[in-house]
Amino acid sequence: MEMLRFATAGSVDDGKSTLIGRLLHDTKSIFSDQLEAVERTSAQRGSEYVDLALLTDGLRAEREQGITIDVAYRYFATPKRKFIVADTPGHIQYTRNMVTGASTADVALILVDARKGLVEQSRRHAFLASLLRVPHLVLCVNKMDLVDYDEGVFDAIATEFRHFAAKLDVGDLTVIPVSALTGDNVVTRSANTPWYEGSSLLHHLEALHIASDRNLIDARFPVQYVIRPKTSTHHDYRGYAGQVAGGVLKPGDDVVVLPSGLPSRIAAIETKDGPVAEAFPPMSVTVRLEDDIDISRGDMICRPHNQPAVSQDVEAMVAWLHEEPMRPGGKYAIKHTTRTARAMVKDLRYRLDVNTLHRDEDAPTLELNEIGRLRLRVTAPLFTDPYRVNRTTGSFILVDESTNATVGAGMIL
Amino acid sequence: MTTSLYELGHLDALEAEAVHVFREVAAEFERPVLLFSGGKDSIVMLHLAEKAFWPGRIPFPVMHVDTGHNFPEVIGYRDRRVAETGVQLIVASVQESIDQGRVREQTGPRASRNPLQTVTLLDAIEEHGFDAAFGGARRDEEKARAKERVFSFRDEFGQWDPKNQRPELWALYNGRRHRGEHIRVFPLSNWTELDIWQYIGREGIELPSIYFAHLRRLVLRDGMLLWPNEHVPLLEGEETFEATVRYRTVGDVTCTGAVESPARTVDDIVEEVAATRITERGATRADDRASEAAMEDRKREGYF
Ligand SMILES: Nc1nc2c(ncn2[C@@H]2O[C@H](COP(=O)(O)OP(=O)(O)OP(=O)(O)O)[C@@H](O)[C@H]2O)c(=O)[nH]1
Ligand SMILES: [Mg+2]
Repeated sequence: MEMLRFATAGSVDDGKSTLIGRLLHDTKSIFSDQLEAVERTSAQRGSEYVDLALLTDGLRAEREQGITIDVAYRYFATPKRKFIVADTPGHIQYTRNMVTGASTADVALILVDARKGLVEQSRRHAFLASLLRVPHLVLCVNKMDLVDYDEGVFDAIATEFRHFAAKLDVGDLTVIPVSALTGDNVVTRSANTPWYEGSSLLHHLEALHIASDRNLIDARFPVQYVIRPKTSTHHDYRGYAGQVAGGVLKPGDDVVVLPSGLPSRIAAIETKDGPVAEAFPPMSVTVRLEDDIDISRGDMICRPHNQPAVSQDVEAMVAWLHEEPMRPGGKYAIKHTTRTARAMVKDLRYRLDVNTLHRDEDAPTLELNEIGRLRLRVTAPLFTDPYRVNRTTGSFILVDESTNATVGAGMIL
Repeated sequence: MTTSLYELGHLDALEAEAVHVFREVAAEFERPVLLFSGGKDSIVMLHLAEKAFWPGRIPFPVMHVDTGHNFPEVIGYRDRRVAETGVQLIVASVQESIDQGRVREQTGPRASRNPLQTVTLLDAIEEHGFDAAFGGARRDEEKARAKERVFSFRDEFGQWDPKNQRPELWALYNGRRHRGEHIRVFPLSNWTELDIWQYIGREGIELPSIYFAHLRRLVLRDGMLLWPNEHVPLLEGEETFEATVRYRTVGDVTCTGAVESPARTVDDIVEEVAATRITERGATRADDRASEAAMEDRKREGYF
């Protein structure tokens, strides 16, 4: 069965957690003890209906405040797919948790309250989803029950969003009118929206074609760990373990190892279960080469005529994730694939206004939740592809070396 | 299974993710340890760790936080598996923590050593200087666990701060820590109970016999089917009876309940789990019933 990861996005109270609760409930993925607990809590609070958001808002503080603070991961399966759901917070203060959930998503569900229409946070999240290159967007116009399932309201929001999305790099966009509270168009199509001809949200998620979202062209194998058993049975064994980041690797392939540039050939691709004929993302395998060359963690195996950029200078869009603003000229630890080095912030080219997409070239720094284009100088060369070509070899994180906090998320241009 | 379209089935994708996590920790940490209880999740973890480093050996020890109140079948299994894999086993004993006066044992017939495990665990992590500890917790188990990162930072007191977790983007895990701090690592974060059982079936992983239906003498207490023994003395008026049961989780005998089930094989269990309407912790764990935020509170203090 194929796995699909999706994340919610959108402003506070637009109904993200309720929608996930509804999906879980209506696909019968909620266990009776969980549902009873949620019913009990809802009743204790004098709520007229069962608050399905309590299914994902699992922290005490979240339940007390009725908001989502950090991502909740939930799981359900239909006969067609296994789903990993990241329910993310809408509150601007917790944007870093939203990007955590969206970074690995195949699909982002952007919720909008039909009564309010697009607000700044809906645009911010749509922009972040496009920046993170979530391949598929679904705009869920929620709370249709509160606008009498009015087609005009839906159309106006859909049009406005499409207009905004046209300025972004959005691969695939679908718009669905829903009510998370009552379940309209969530699992089954609703009689309340006869004017809507598309499929229900669940049906859409089941049918989306995601296999071609991965890069199967450019072979990239970041060496993660060198296996040298030094036992009597495997005395001279030397295998390079890692997760395929792009392309397809086969025994017999000519390869080159970066940064040394030394050529070799793949002798075998192995796992404990036996050799494999082809390795592709996201398989974790062990590669053996025909030649004994010095290779260590952080090196990259690729094909001679298809190599990533090798450079100590990196240009990237960076989302700032920490309360302490970016220090221009400051040094940070950088983690890119299996490579860790140090990076200095050379230049903030511009800061982006996520609402208008205006570029402010005079911005002095990036503050929490701000996004800008940076030039970094790294102590060792990184082997990179543009993020739009490969989400694995195109991404990095910045870590503050004194506090060890993850402070930035970078997408290489 | 993989197809010619270069698609990875969900079990293969979950396996690849977990193997990646194991290798990342082995590469970036000085002293990792795998927490091994002899329960199905830690058994699957050990199996995945073997895969991650094959044909080499698992490059870290395993540690059992032992309450002394075990199912004998599980201890037998533990010792067998440890011998097979050649890993080093460390036993961190709750009894020793009690003897040393580090914790006070609850008294009375309903006493459980389960809460004491946190102290023993944190003491052992400190004593051995472990900087990473693999846990078998899954996000589908419980609502506080659903919130936790794969790399979960613990301060020098072993505490988890759920409101201040490090952002965790892509598969770029931030394992940096200062001396005395450590990272809990959860390679099975994205697995569900059903995935675990399907994987056990596919891989032919052996389990302690108590996971399968067997006849057992039991007592019904607070809605749970407990196994009466020296650690679980009968209360006044309680009567025992025999039933065909299996265990869905394995923990301390004082707080782990059995479920009635005729499932004798992994296939039977997969079928049963797919149809079940109650969570495994809800069905079997007294420790989670204390309050709505019982797990969150225990995790904050440094529990598994
Ligand atoms: N009438 C109506 N109310 C809804 C609907 N969806 C959500 N709500 C209500 O809107 C409120 C907020 O819902 P949540 O699901 O907590 O919102 P959220 O987007 O998860 O909020 P954050 O996670 O804090 O950003 C709750 O009171 C819900 O019951 C809907 O379709 N119709
Ligand atoms: Mg929410």
